Amino acid sequence: MRGTRFRKNLVTALLLAPAALWLIVFLVLPFIAIAIFSVGERAPEGGYQAALTFAQYANLPARANAFWNTMVLAPVGALGCLLVAYPVAYYLALRAPQRWRLILLALIVIPFWTSLLMRTYAWLYILGGRGIPALLAYVGIEDLRLINTPGAVLLGIVYGYLPLMILPIYVSLERLDRRLLEASADLGATPLSTFIGVTLRLSLPGVMTGFSLVMILLLGEYLIPTLLGGGKVFFIGNALVDLFLQSRNWPFGSAIAITLVLVSVVVLILANRISTRLSGARRVDLI
Amino acid sequence: MRAFVVAVFAFLYLPIALVVLFSFNAGHHASEFTGFSTQWYGKALSNPFLVEALKNSLIIATTSALLAAFCGTAAALGLQRVGARTRALFEALLGAAIVVPGVVIGISTLVALVQLFAVVNPFLASLWPADQPPRLSLGYGSIIAAHGLFSMALVTMIVGTRLSSLDRNLVEASSDLYATPLTTFRAIVLPQIMPAVIAGFLLAFTFSFDDFIVAFFVAGAQTTLPIYVFASIRRGVTPEINAVATIVLAASVLLVLLAQWQLGRRKPSP
Repeated sequence: MRGTRFRKNLVTALLLAPAALWLIVFLVLPFIAIAIFSVGERAPEGGYQAALTFAQYANLPARANAFWNTMVLAPVGALGCLLVAYPVAYYLALRAPQRWRLILLALIVIPFWTSLLMRTYAWLYILGGRGIPALLAYVGIEDLRLINTPGAVLLGIVYGYLPLMILPIYVSLERLDRRLLEASADLGATPLSTFIGVTLRLSLPGVMTGFSLVMILLLGEYLIPTLLGGGKVFFIGNALVDLFLQSRNWPFGSAIAITLVLVSVVVLILANRISTRLSGARRVDLI
Repeated sequence: MRAFVVAVFAFLYLPIALVVLFSFNAGHHASEFTGFSTQWYGKALSNPFLVEALKNSLIIATTSALLAAFCGTAAALGLQRVGARTRALFEALLGAAIVVPGVVIGISTLVALVQLFAVVNPFLASLWPADQPPRLSLGYGSIIAAHGLFSMALVTMIVGTRLSSLDRNLVEASSDLYATPLTTFRAIVLPQIMPAVIAGFLLAFTFSFDDFIVAFFVAGAQTTLPIYVFASIRRGVTPEINAVATIVLAASVLLVLLAQWQLGRRKPSP
C-alpha cells in the first residue's frame, strides 16, 4: 500500500515540477530581484549597485507625468470602451437574430487575437496628415493636429481594447433571465426603468469584469502611447522602457515596476470587492 | 441602435482594411493609393532582415508554445491530484503570470537573467579548458522562457477547465476493468483533453508571435518580427510593412479560427 502511495505522489510531483520550476525561475525569482533592485542605487556606468535605500521610491515624483497620464487615461479609456461596448453587447445578446449572433461575436473577437501593433499603426494613416486632417482641409478646417495627442491615444485605447470589454458584458446579458424583463413590463415599468432596474443592474458583474480587465492591461500599456502619442503622451510602460533600455537606471525603473504591480493589485482587489457586492458575479473565459 | 452597432463594426475593421488595401498599393507612398500590385509582398519576402526576423519569430513561437502546451497540460493533470492549499498557491502564481503587465514580466526577467549570467559566466569560464568558454546570454532562450510563462499559465487554465468537466464515470469504469492508470490516461483522458491542449498551443503560438513588449526587453541581439515591424514603423510606414502585416493578420485569423474550432469540438474524432 505504501509503495503505491509513494508512486502516486512521485507522479504528481513529476507532473507539477516543470511548471513549478518555470514559475519560480521566471516569475518569483525575477520579482524578488526587482524588489531588491528597487532599494539599490544606479551604478555609475548604468545598471545596479547594491545598497539599502528608499531614495528610488522617494524619487517617484520625477516620473509623475507618466503616472498621471496612466492614471487618467487608463480609467478614461476603459470608460470609453465601456460606453461603446455596452450597446454592442446589448444588441448582440438581446436584439440580434439568433443565427447571426455567433458570427457577429466571432467578428468582435477576431481583431482582439490579431496583432495589436499592426492594428494600432493603421491609425497612423487615418489620423496622420493625409487622413482625416486632409479631408477636413477640404471643408476649410486647416492645420488640425490629431496624431501625437492624448485624444489619439484615447482613440487607440478604445479601438484596441473594445473586444475585451464587449465579451464579458455580452456573457452577462446573454445569461439574463428574459422572464424578468417580461415581469418588469407586466408590472407596469417603462422600458427605461426596466432597462435601468433589471437589465443594467444584472449586467453589472460583466461590466466590472470588463472594466477591470481593460484597466489592468492599460496600466502596463506601451505600444499605443508610443505609436499614437508620438513620445508626448508618456505612460508608465514608456517610462520603464526608457529607464531600462535607454538611461539604464535599473533601480529607479525597478521601483516604478514594483509600484505599478502594487497599483494593479489594488485595482484587482477593488474590482473583486465591487464584483462580490454585485452578487452573482461570474468569471468569464476570454477564449 | 443598429446603426450604432454597424458603425462600431466599421470602426473595428476600417484600420485593418486600410492596411490590407495599402499592401497592394503600386506606388511607394504609404498613404496614396495609385494602383494594384503585389510587388511589396515580393519585396518583403526578399528582404533578408525581415525574413530573418520572421524565422526567429516562428522558431520562438513554436518552441515556447510546445513547451507551454506540454508543461501546462502536465500541471493541469498534477493539480487534480493535490490538496486544496497547494492548488490555491499554484493557481495564484498562474494567475499572477497572466495578470502581471508584460512590461514588468519583461524587465524582471531581464534583470534576473543578467544577474544570473554575471554569476554563471565567470564560473563557466573558470571550468572551461579552452580559450572560448560558452557564454550564456539573452536571446532565443530568454524570449522562449518569458513567452512560455504566460502561455503555460493559459494552457494550464484551459486544460484544467476541460478536466473539471471530464466524465469521471469513464475513468472509474476504465480502472474497474483493470486498465492500468497509463492505459486509462491514453484511452480515456488524453483524447478528451486533446482539443483543449491544441487550442492552448495555438493561442500560445499566437501570443508569442504577436508579442512585442516582453521580447523587446529580453531579446538581446535577436530580432523578432514585431520588433522589426516596430522599428520600421518608427522610420515611417511602408507598403512592405503593410504586406507583412497582412500576412500576419491573415495567419492569426486562421489560427484563432482553428483554436475556436478545436475548443468547440465536443468529442474526439474516431
